[in-house]
Amino acid sequence: MIFGIDVASMLLGGVAAGMVLFIVSVGLSVTMGLMGFVNLAHGGFAMLGGYAIALAMKHWGLGFLPALVFGFVVTAAASAMLERLLYARLYRATELDQVLFTIGLVFMMIASVTLLIGPENQPLALPAILQGQINLGITHYRTYSVVLIVVGIVIVGGLWLGFERTQIGAQIRAAVDNRRMAESLGINIARLFTITFAFGSGMAALGGGLGAEFLGLDPQYALKYLVYFLIVVAVGGLGRVTGVFYAALLIGVLDFVLKKYVPQGGTAFIYALTILLLLWRPQGLFGAKVT
Amino acid sequence: MHPFWFFMMKWIVAIAVAALAMTTSRAHAQEVKVGVNLPYTGIGAEFAQLVDRGMELYLKLNGDKVRPYKITLIKRDVKDPGGANAKIAVQELLTQDNVDILAGWIYSPNAIASAPIVSAGKKLAVIMNAGTAQITNMSPYYVRTSFSMWHAGYALGEAAAKLLNAKTAVVGYTDFPPGKDSLAAFKRSFEGTGGKVIDEIPMGGAGAVPDFTPFFQRAKDKKPDVFFVFVPAGDHAAAVVKTYAALGMRDAGIKLIGPGDITQDTKLQAMGAAAVGLITMHHYHADLDNPENKRFVEAWKKEYGATTTPDFMAVGGYDGMAAIVHVVQTLKGKIDADKALEALKGWKFASPRGPISIDPVTRDIVMNEYLSEAVMKDGRVFQKVIGKIDAVKDACKEQKIGPCAPK
Amino acid sequence: MTLPQAGWADHPAALALAGRHRVRVWEPIPWVLALAFYFAFPKHLGFGTELLVTILFAISLDLVLGYAGIVTLGHAAFFGAGAYTVGMLAKHGIWNEPVTGLILAAVLAAAVGLGSGLVLLRTHGLTLLMLTLCTMALLEEAANLAHDYTGGFDGLDSLPIAPLFGVFEFNPLYPKTQYLYVLTVLFVCFVFVRTLVYSPFGQSLTGIRENMLRMHAVGAPVRGRLVLCYALSAAIAGVAGGIWAQANAYVNLGTLGLDRAATVLIILVLGGYGRLYGAFIGTVAYMVLSHFLSKIYPTAWQLGLGLLLVVIALFARNGILGIAEAAVRRLRTRHATL
Repeated sequence: MIFGIDVASMLLGGVAAGMVLFIVSVGLSVTMGLMGFVNLAHGGFAMLGGYAIALAMKHWGLGFLPALVFGFVVTAAASAMLERLLYARLYRATELDQVLFTIGLVFMMIASVTLLIGPENQPLALPAILQGQINLGITHYRTYSVVLIVVGIVIVGGLWLGFERTQIGAQIRAAVDNRRMAESLGINIARLFTITFAFGSGMAALGGGLGAEFLGLDPQYALKYLVYFLIVVAVGGLGRVTGVFYAALLIGVLDFVLKKYVPQGGTAFIYALTILLLLWRPQGLFGAKVT
Repeated sequence: MHPFWFFMMKWIVAIAVAALAMTTSRAHAQEVKVGVNLPYTGIGAEFAQLVDRGMELYLKLNGDKVRPYKITLIKRDVKDPGGANAKIAVQELLTQDNVDILAGWIYSPNAIASAPIVSAGKKLAVIMNAGTAQITNMSPYYVRTSFSMWHAGYALGEAAAKLLNAKTAVVGYTDFPPGKDSLAAFKRSFEGTGGKVIDEIPMGGAGAVPDFTPFFQRAKDKKPDVFFVFVPAGDHAAAVVKTYAALGMRDAGIKLIGPGDITQDTKLQAMGAAAVGLITMHHYHADLDNPENKRFVEAWKKEYGATTTPDFMAVGGYDGMAAIVHVVQTLKGKIDADKALEALKGWKFASPRGPISIDPVTRDIVMNEYLSEAVMKDGRVFQKVIGKIDAVKDACKEQKIGPCAPK
Repeated sequence: MTLPQAGWADHPAALALAGRHRVRVWEPIPWVLALAFYFAFPKHLGFGTELLVTILFAISLDLVLGYAGIVTLGHAAFFGAGAYTVGMLAKHGIWNEPVTGLILAAVLAAAVGLGSGLVLLRTHGLTLLMLTLCTMALLEEAANLAHDYTGGFDGLDSLPIAPLFGVFEFNPLYPKTQYLYVLTVLFVCFVFVRTLVYSPFGQSLTGIRENMLRMHAVGAPVRGRLVLCYALSAAIAGVAGGIWAQANAYVNLGTLGLDRAATVLIILVLGGYGRLYGAFIGTVAYMVLSHFLSKIYPTAWQLGLGLLLVVIALFARNGILGIAEAAVRRLRTRHATL
């Protein structure tokens, strides 16, 4: 019975960590899969969104939920503007020019936040009801972890429904699989790009706010965690929501378990694991096999 | 030209030359250039700001102690703990800006990388944060006004065994040299006083904050009397305290102890009630009750904002500047490095952290260590001093342990 | 018997192709400038040395990125391998002669490149990018774990590097010897890379980059060429790491870090890849700007740097060199129509 509790708490912890990764990375996966655009500034949007949420709660006294909505909307709107004005110019450019652009953008984001707000870590005060521990019957567990798991499941369910059951979802899926064909069917690709990009960045903002409890919030956030987001996207397969979900869970749980039983390995395990997974399935766990 | 003009020209030139001579000679006697290297950008920006503010506040509050000299701070960004940028910054401060005194160094790797240049440059170098014990052995011109990891770690080991009656301890530490230093220091004194360290858990790197839950879960399962944790100040500390509360370790009877990095003043209030019960050993926190600290904290809040607070890094910069001003006054503005070192050996100062002095042999700081417990008082988290050890030296160099033994 | 088409050998296109490798009039300019720097700015030689080492590192990346088309975020793995080879040999008193130390660094780095290339170069795109990144990160972690040998996070300091040829000492405060030493090594390696790029091997790399399918069709040993190119590039990166360790008498985990790998990639793309001299221009632009901006605005210089990157990227002409080439071409056509 004790072993069962041990395993359960391992799974819970790892899944919660994975959920945060998933929420932030899903936007990156879809934009990279749909637009073929390497957006390394994605972490920057997560940071800006997280700051918007934390500051709205601190200075305007918004509740947690309204602040999350606010962060989503503000980041989505800002990224839509950036997409129309700047990103769209580089759709036909080489990947490396896209990398240069988005890295430059991240530098500017980090510097602006440092100048305007300050280099220190920004605390996000969770409402009291989400802090502390919750009684799950067989064991006590950290309330916020449980909340994140529930939220993550709701989000992935919502996204799945959105992709599978709505028309816009179908259009996105079609454009990811074969853009030329989709265009010839009369789908407005430019508008699709803007909507998807805005949505993806909004999701990143949500992830930044929801994950602040674990990952913290400071100007360096944009680059500190970029590697993890890229790993999740690569392992999951570009453009596949379910892929990102399972990849994030896998990485979250394995990271957790390994840290508890073999802490000396440090982050080495995640990198070794990624290498093995990518060598086994280069297109990602759920990606389309490239001939 | 009209003879009158020749006459005037002579006087104009004479006055100009005299004025020039006066200004340059006055500059020589009056202006002292201090080259400051800090990571103003990058992950250390927050710490750089604290040390920077500490230095500036000292100069502001003690203008009368600086007169008639003028201290000019030349600030250089070292960007990261990688070493290369710190070397270039220090080298350029010495060869291009011709500074009289060097100061700064947040990260130990930067201080270590700079050591050969400091020795070659033959200028007094005041370390205001970097805590690896053997750094002061690496160059004869290094003087440290911050701390060594062994000050707090060693003292806490003894305190845990004697004051807290702990027999068993689990140590969790961030896997980089200050963490390993802390572990070594605590273990040595704890086991030397009859305790036993039953598990040592490396908890990820100093870069991105890991999720501490699996490490803390492992510690909780071992059921020790105390859980000694060292993580770098900043985000790590906040995450540690949250995880401790979230896993219910206090109710399980495991005390969380550590050096004051985990209750850094700038993060303490954000931790809230979760921080209550934490026991830390450190040379400074903002709640210390002495007249210098009261004045310091009040001046800080007035200068930088009522919601801000100084912390141990700020006091490292403050005391470092006090040392520099002492040197300037003693040597009357003509800074010779060897004379400066003589002036600092045995220097005593009433700092916000209590009385401090510089050890004449190791050039490291000697100061009080305070054992404090975090409690709730007047609606905020307050650190109550429950024990004090006077005039603590760096035990690593004192007892010549491992890498601290002189080469 | 029919005679071959008269005059094809004299066709301007043929002449241009055959003469691509010839040294152009302006090619000695960067070297003249580098020597002039030595005399003009004797107090900036520390910065200058760092600049030259980065140029060499960027050239090694250009070989693999600009010519073979392999996008990698893990090139610092080889830089670090070279640096640690020199560092560990010197610190543990095994070997500290500089020139032979560099050769050892190159060999070890090439071995790492060969090994990882054989395994990783089966993939491409995002997958390859992540694989190179993770390999480098694993090496960094390994170096951290083996801290008894590598010094871990604090690194190996005060490396006792022997004077060059027994005569020229490496002075930490006035790095004159270091600067000239690094400049010479850079020149030698540059000549090597330049010759390689214009050789049939180099041309086949361009072929692989432009149209891999066709290269397979003509029977070119594609994978073999790519792996060889990767290993050579790794060797040069190892040399860059080795001289960095020697010039600084110091090595730490930063030599293996993502920061270094990402910065060199940005530098190369900023300058223009696949053009040999893009490495020079990108390095100078990036480092000079960040060095001097950070002196004036210690906290805000990243904003200016980011702005430069964004502006250059929006032109989408392959970096500064690409923009310059496009401008020159436009001027020429304008002149031609007159």
